[in-house]
Amino acid sequence: MTIVKYRKIFFVFSAVLLVVSALAIGFYGLNLGTDFTGGTLLEIKYPSGRPDLTVVQEAVKKLDLGNVLVQPTGDKSYTLKLKNITEVEKNSLFESLTLGGESFFTSERLSDIGPTLGQELRNKGLIAVTLVIVLIIIYIAFVFRQVSKHYVKSWKYGVTAIIALAHDIIISAGAMALAGHFLGGEADALFLTALLTILGLSINDTIVVFDRIRENLHRHPNVKFEEVVGISIRETYERSINTTIVIVVTLVALLLFGPTSTYFFALIMLVGMVAGTYSSIFIASNLLVSWEKLGRK
Amino acid sequence: MDKTRISAVILLLAGVLVGFFIYNSQSSDSYFYRPFKFGLDLSGGSRLTYVADVSKLDPANVPDAMSSLREVIERRVNVFGVSEPVVQVERSAISGMDQNRLIVELPGVTNVDEAVKMISETPNLEFRVERASTSPKRQAIVAAREEVQEFISALPTTTPATEAEIMLQERFDEETLALIQQDPDFESTGLTGRYLKRAQVNFSQNALGPSILVEFNNEGSKLFAELTKQNINKSIGIFLDETLLSAPVVREEISDGQAEISGQFTVQEAKELTRDLNLGALPVPISLASTQIVGATLGEEAAQKGLEAGLIGLFVVAIFMIVWYRLPGLISVVALTFYIVLMLALFKLFPVTLTAAGIAGFILTIGIAVDANILIFERMKEEIAAGKGLLESIKEGFARAWLSIRDSNLSSLISAAILFWFGTSMIKGFALTLMIGILVSMFTAITVTRTLLLALGFRNRVGIAKFLFDSAFFK
Repeated sequence: MTIVKYRKIFFVFSAVLLVVSALAIGFYGLNLGTDFTGGTLLEIKYPSGRPDLTVVQEAVKKLDLGNVLVQPTGDKSYTLKLKNITEVEKNSLFESLTLGGESFFTSERLSDIGPTLGQELRNKGLIAVTLVIVLIIIYIAFVFRQVSKHYVKSWKYGVTAIIALAHDIIISAGAMALAGHFLGGEADALFLTALLTILGLSINDTIVVFDRIRENLHRHPNVKFEEVVGISIRETYERSINTTIVIVVTLVALLLFGPTSTYFFALIMLVGMVAGTYSSIFIASNLLVSWEKLGRK
Repeated sequence: MDKTRISAVILLLAGVLVGFFIYNSQSSDSYFYRPFKFGLDLSGGSRLTYVADVSKLDPANVPDAMSSLREVIERRVNVFGVSEPVVQVERSAISGMDQNRLIVELPGVTNVDEAVKMISETPNLEFRVERASTSPKRQAIVAAREEVQEFISALPTTTPATEAEIMLQERFDEETLALIQQDPDFESTGLTGRYLKRAQVNFSQNALGPSILVEFNNEGSKLFAELTKQNINKSIGIFLDETLLSAPVVREEISDGQAEISGQFTVQEAKELTRDLNLGALPVPISLASTQIVGATLGEEAAQKGLEAGLIGLFVVAIFMIVWYRLPGLISVVALTFYIVLMLALFKLFPVTLTAAGIAGFILTIGIAVDANILIFERMKEEIAAGKGLLESIKEGFARAWLSIRDSNLSSLISAAILFWFGTSMIKGFALTLMIGILVSMFTAITVTRTLLLALGFRNRVGIAKFLFDSAFFK
């Protein structure tokens, strides 16, 4: 089976993607949203057309509110990101945003998150990701407990699945770092949601392939492990790709036509799903084969 | 008609009925009227998160205090005339941060200044007794205050407040830090605005401005009688939000449960104060930790776009399934319609609060729902390729795909459950739709598809059946 035979090419391809993602995260970092950092997020809309970015920036700069990030949003709006502000500071900010009473605007969204709430969400997020990973390892080791009789111990399936997951998560996070740097996307609570959903869905594909390996190990007891894996991949890839097409279609619809608030969510999910399908077809099972070979030497 | 056909007809009828319910429940004239419940991010409105300071309470009393806090705030919010406000208490104890929070959601309110004022700038009325100048407690407080003051003035003036806070906690023990919170001159008695029955503005003839007459409830009257009895010829400090209003000297025991508060009030101030006192004083002090406001147009736009995205996604998925899998594909689209109808009905009946994230989750589950069908159809194809008859292949396809569907959906359920447990309300909405979606989709994709497919009664892959069941690029 070609996919198993040329597995090194796929490993290299993934390695390149991983390095690019790690570099993106390292250089640009994640543009953490106020959900995590605490702070104020304000979206304002100028119904009769928004003034120039520099004008707004100048107006805000005079106020001594620390570092204020102003970003164009949609056609007529700006999003401002700044520290937590008091009532008085908010009023003077609103006052100055009218640009001397000349530009009328409406406040579309205001979110002011205290620092402790942000920190708590950060901690919770870390705990949640760890918990999902641990539970999935346990779950896979349990579901595949009977395959240990053949070639590879069941916990190795769990570990391989987790490596594939890490692969998907790192690439998704890398995409978020790039989206944050070039498109102004924020890694907010929804980003965390996307990561956890990717964890759950991408393990799906991997489990389906592993399921098939389990079944084929029974069916062809005298065939070499790598051939069994090859057969299993061949039997499942059409399903994996079709499923991904369906989910990708719904996500693209969400990306193109959905609300702005879920734009980056859809984008990261999209990257994660594609990476997830790729890793379950080309990486997870191939890793098992390599591991099994290593054990025989 | 055989059994599968009867079940198929029943299923289809049930689906149509549920669909009819959804259609009907949208119109407000209908007996079934049950609109969708939209979250603040879709309907517009504001969400205020308060942190309650329970440090002065016995931990055992915290849940009680929080629920009476919720009641008081609810009363105040109701005065506001907002439709369906939500006031809820949330306790967070994770990684060392133990916080009791109060969340107030005001749908449709986008100018929160007034609401914030009404909710948090509430009078915290307290009666305290004078401490003797020789009391050891008083001396301890004064000493502790001096010590801390000295430490703070030694810090560089540029030290940020948060850092200074941490340094204080490292330098002093808990006892000292608790002491400096207290008033050296007056001692708390536990008699607070909680025990108030009623407050009213009083214009007495021999005073310049208005005063406020407070009347305690039964419990409060007893406390007040006890307090006055034990402190004859001493002064009682009446504090409003930590500020001393007046400190009248007790002449005799007051047993009728009434007290007069005189201060330099204007008539306006006195009126507002009595109103707020009557609405109920807060049992615990609270501070605003986060404000989130979404404008109505933004929310409406998000709901509209979410709907559009869902329909477009659904349409393309349907085309794909029919082109690729032909008749089984068409059946799966029927099952998918079933899925959507069921989900919408559940959203209405539970009711599930729909947020942008929740709608995204719902759109995503459309993909997951179809996935189970893809797994089954691929298995069917394999069985056909292995030379089995059509009917047998259909049955085998479902039986063999079940393990994969179960295993893979369980892992998604694990993630969704954890998301639900840890999430903020926005994420909870997503996780909930994902969980319900996974469970419902297992039913529709397996049971509904199977029943309908079998009911069609194709047994052998010949003639039209061959065309209908052969999927694209079938080898």
